[in-house]
Amino acid sequence: MQNRFPLRALLLASAVSLAAPMTLTVTAAQAETPADTLVIAHQIDDIISLDPGQSFEFSGQDVVHSLYDRLVDFDPLDLNAGIKPSLAESWEVSEDGKTITLTMREGVTFQSGNPVRAEDAAWSLQRAVKLNKSPAFILNQFGFTAENVDERVTFDGNRVILQLDQPYAQSFVLNCLASEVGSVIDKETAMSHAEGEDFGNAWLSTNGAGSGPYALGAWRPNEAVQLVANPDYWQGAPTMARVIVRHVQESSAQRLLLEQGDVDVARNLTPTDVEGVAGNERLKVLDELRGRILYMGLSQKDPLLSRPEMVEAMKYLIDYAGMESSFLKGQWKVHQNFLPEGYLGAADENPWSYDIEKARQILTDAGITSGTVKTIVRDIREYVDAAQTLQAAMAQVGLTLEIQQMTGAQVLDAYRARQVPIFIGEWGPDYADPNTNASTFAHNPNNADDAGLSQLAWRNSWAVPQEMNQAVEAATLEGDTDKRVQMYLDIQSQYREIAPIIPMFQKIEQVVLQQNVQNWTSGGSVTSVNYRQVTKE
Amino acid sequence: MAQPDILGPPGQGVPPPAGGMPSARRARLGRRLRSLAGIALSLALTLLGLLLVTFVIGRIMPIDPVLKVVGERATQAQYDAAYQAMGLDKPIWQQFLRYMAEVLRGDFGRSISTGHPVAQDLLRVFPATVELATLGTLIGVCVGVPLGVVAAARRGGWIDQVARVVALVGYSMPIFWLGLMGLLLFYGILGWVGGPGRQGIIYDGMVPTVTGLILIDSLVAGDWAAFRDAFSHIVLPASLLGYFSLAYISRMTRSFMLEQLSAEYVVTARVKGLSEGRVIWGHAFRNILVPLITVIALSFGSLLEGSVLTEIVFSWPGIGQYITKALLAGDMNAVLGGTVVVGTCFVALNLLSDILYRLLDPRAK
Amino acid sequence: MTQTTRAWLLSDAPQTRRQARLGALYQGWLTFRANRLAMVGLAILVLLVLVAAFAPWIAPQNPYAQNLAERLRPPSAQHWLGTDALGRDILSRLIFGSRVTLFIVGTVALIAPVIGLFVGTVAGFAAGWVDQVLMRITDIFLAFPKLILALAFVAALGPSIGNAVLALALTSWPPYARLARAETLTIRNADYIAAARLQGAGPLRLLIGHVWPLCVSSLIVRVALDMAGIILSAAGLGFLGLGAQPPMPEWGAMISDGRSYILDFWWVAAMPGMAIFVVSLAFNLLGDGLRDVLDPKGARE
Repeated sequence: MQNRFPLRALLLASAVSLAAPMTLTVTAAQAETPADTLVIAHQIDDIISLDPGQSFEFSGQDVVHSLYDRLVDFDPLDLNAGIKPSLAESWEVSEDGKTITLTMREGVTFQSGNPVRAEDAAWSLQRAVKLNKSPAFILNQFGFTAENVDERVTFDGNRVILQLDQPYAQSFVLNCLASEVGSVIDKETAMSHAEGEDFGNAWLSTNGAGSGPYALGAWRPNEAVQLVANPDYWQGAPTMARVIVRHVQESSAQRLLLEQGDVDVARNLTPTDVEGVAGNERLKVLDELRGRILYMGLSQKDPLLSRPEMVEAMKYLIDYAGMESSFLKGQWKVHQNFLPEGYLGAADENPWSYDIEKARQILTDAGITSGTVKTIVRDIREYVDAAQTLQAAMAQVGLTLEIQQMTGAQVLDAYRARQVPIFIGEWGPDYADPNTNASTFAHNPNNADDAGLSQLAWRNSWAVPQEMNQAVEAATLEGDTDKRVQMYLDIQSQYREIAPIIPMFQKIEQVVLQQNVQNWTSGGSVTSVNYRQVTKE
Repeated sequence: MAQPDILGPPGQGVPPPAGGMPSARRARLGRRLRSLAGIALSLALTLLGLLLVTFVIGRIMPIDPVLKVVGERATQAQYDAAYQAMGLDKPIWQQFLRYMAEVLRGDFGRSISTGHPVAQDLLRVFPATVELATLGTLIGVCVGVPLGVVAAARRGGWIDQVARVVALVGYSMPIFWLGLMGLLLFYGILGWVGGPGRQGIIYDGMVPTVTGLILIDSLVAGDWAAFRDAFSHIVLPASLLGYFSLAYISRMTRSFMLEQLSAEYVVTARVKGLSEGRVIWGHAFRNILVPLITVIALSFGSLLEGSVLTEIVFSWPGIGQYITKALLAGDMNAVLGGTVVVGTCFVALNLLSDILYRLLDPRAK
Repeated sequence: MTQTTRAWLLSDAPQTRRQARLGALYQGWLTFRANRLAMVGLAILVLLVLVAAFAPWIAPQNPYAQNLAERLRPPSAQHWLGTDALGRDILSRLIFGSRVTLFIVGTVALIAPVIGLFVGTVAGFAAGWVDQVLMRITDIFLAFPKLILALAFVAALGPSIGNAVLALALTSWPPYARLARAETLTIRNADYIAAARLQGAGPLRLLIGHVWPLCVSSLIVRVALDMAGIILSAAGLGFLGLGAQPPMPEWGAMISDGRSYILDFWWVAAMPGMAIFVVSLAFNLLGDGLRDVLDPKGARE
């Protein structure tokens, strides 16, 4: 070929496409984020609504928590101090223990400028019950129904009055009111956007109408949430004028962003990535114990798993220490009780350890030498790895474990239908009271197939002994906190003996932050993330 | 292969639709009109079929959309209420008709996995994909076409071999691996490009949305800093997609060119003493334009589907991720809406290359 | 091969049909053999088949044996390619994984082109409304976001490697149908078809006896070129958790497992990545070579 044109064309074209990025991207590497902005990399694709009466996802509650205030709340700088007054200044319980009267704080306004009234607080609780979305059951535990809630939750001047159907423990009621479903919504603003009978649900799903430290700047699903500080916040304007939460799916990507200084906080680093940044002096790792429990449920419908010896043996086939020190390293700690550490009445005995010989002995004594069981696990790395570890251990005693990976929705579907022989997954507490876990792990009033309950005990077809059912119910009514603690310790002790739903680990959230970020809290085991106290040096 | 993600090469080698050969001039206009009507009809039918298939798939899939709405702790009563509210208790054909009626009114319903109206979601995620796909295709064309032409002109030479290896590597590498490695190198180590996401954090929400394409919006706003920032973020994922479409386009170009270069008219032209450049670019290349455009259009079309894996790796909020996530949650409103958009684009691109074919192909005249 | 057999094969005047056929095959083989890269591809694939067949004897360790204390070890004398997150030997897993890869490739290559061939040739041959209907269906499948279709299939059938492969096969036939139809259109009116028809051959016989054989060669070429895409697609489904189920050592699933360790323990993802790369490269090279042999149109200068 004599003519060089094709080659030149080629080079030119390549040069255009290669050189353009080089010349245009000189500014790409940034040293740090703006001083008044907090930037967080987090998986937030679970948010489906920001309405306090509907939101029930981890990341959604994080947002709701900052948009709204509740009648009572935790102090983000001292979570262990327990429930503190918030929009309610004080409260008192009647003689019979069935009426709680909360007095509202004066002079607080919503972000709209409207005053926060007792009427707003009462209406917020009423609408949550009437909407009857996922979190409504937290309030319904006190005997509220869509029909009676207008009489049971009332206001009088600056006081909100709750009439309960039983003399519940005060701590139980207040803990529930501190959960996101107890958020106080600006009634006027919400109702001005109501469509039909939805109490503003459609509008509140994507907008905020609260008195909280932050207002909603923007929420772009699967992309980002932007919060803007409320300068008139009654506890003082937050230091961080903007909070941006970016959805970043991959841990590797979160880590790169953090290392480049493009984000201040990364919340979903895998154990290996956390280890990888350990040597970086510009970063720090914060370990925070959360309330989530990783457990294994053995369905009592399965002929093999329903044998008590099998349940006993399974407890020794889990390589707790091995998993804790390898793929769960730093993010889950061994915890063999259904109440997470940090909760009232949590037990700390961990009696089981990985012991193939012991398991083999138990099984041989019972005449079990072979068998096949199936597990359906969600396609989450830790669960699948845990299942594979169990599979290898079971193989050593002659048992075959078939693992089936599925998406979250499919696993849940099968679980609800009581069709998962071995379930490996997480349970997160719904509110900051021990009853949240006791009532699901150790309570099953009706073990019939068509009962359609949501308790974990029911889903694993476990007919909880009557006395344990009663003990769980009685514990919600015990006014004396010390006695209440003892009751839960007793339940857990008996539970460890007999239950086929085996708590294995408790979540530790490892947050990695830039050195200059101070006062971060992810909410501990009891609440959601708080941004208002965060500062940068 | 322009779309490495899930299925094989895009529109690979789908030959352009065979054009009719009108015999009489008088008949031509009538034929054209009729064929236009035919095209419109088949387009509508294809879209309708697409919707129907998606709808049926959504209903037979063992993913329960109600669960996403009511959550894990819902009681049976809450579940039943949501089930009815979503109209799932009705026969499937009724559900379909209801859906169609709403779509015709321009209402795609509300997504249960994002809580937003589907139309609003699509207006946000589709431009993100369009932006990425356009730039990717541009890179693929700018490099792939010359590469293919040269490879054909010097068949067996070193450029041909390099082009072959480049293309084969493009065919063979898992994109999520290349993507993460690219991020590590160009962002993590060299710091040449922006990280995951469409924009740097400081520019987030700073440029008013006009088209949804950040590159264009920032130009409209005259914000050069924002433009540079957006460009530094898109460059890496776009280059990656561009590489895959380059691999496909260069292979196809080479093969088209080889066919032309062995044709008699080329021999004649050479004998007549035309320079090699004239022969290649002036004659052979002009003749492959039509099929080439078809190939490019198809490759572009498949990129518009959104490449889920690229989007995940680069935190790119595009339509591929949107539809996948919706599908796995049983969020059929979002899946149907996304499918309509993607399907329409695909059909439109097909139509465009079809029309182009009829207009440009010498044999069709 | 003796000189005489060679001469017999290359004879200009074959005496039997069999000789002519074998001769043509031999000619093709000679062309193919001359293509060094294609031969490299073939050699790799032969090696792959051998490795798959003798996996239990070749693999240095048990691919399922876990050892949490030895997890994420770099390549060493003991573990040539290192260990994964559960302490399993990556080399052994790759060796056993070759069986899965062959299964994926084999199944898809058997199903998709056959459906495509059938739909395409029937449409092209029958013309009229049959053609219209079949092609509209093909269009619908083409216009469908392919990922959705594959995902939906897998989700509907339940995630397993078999179903993932089936889904891939069922979603990748439309391009083959288009190709087969185009080929059919060009040969439908050929003289020898008309001749066969005059001899009283029915449509079915024409289709099977005369149209299919002519379409097959170009389809084979396409399939060989698509193989890489198929392996990667299966890997893509695995990436979304819908492919192989643990502890099956499917290469795509192995990469997917390794991606969380990519920044510090590169070999976990890179090793299976290399394996996929080498095998799909081999298929590509083979496909290129086959194209030169079977599809002379694009080959001759």
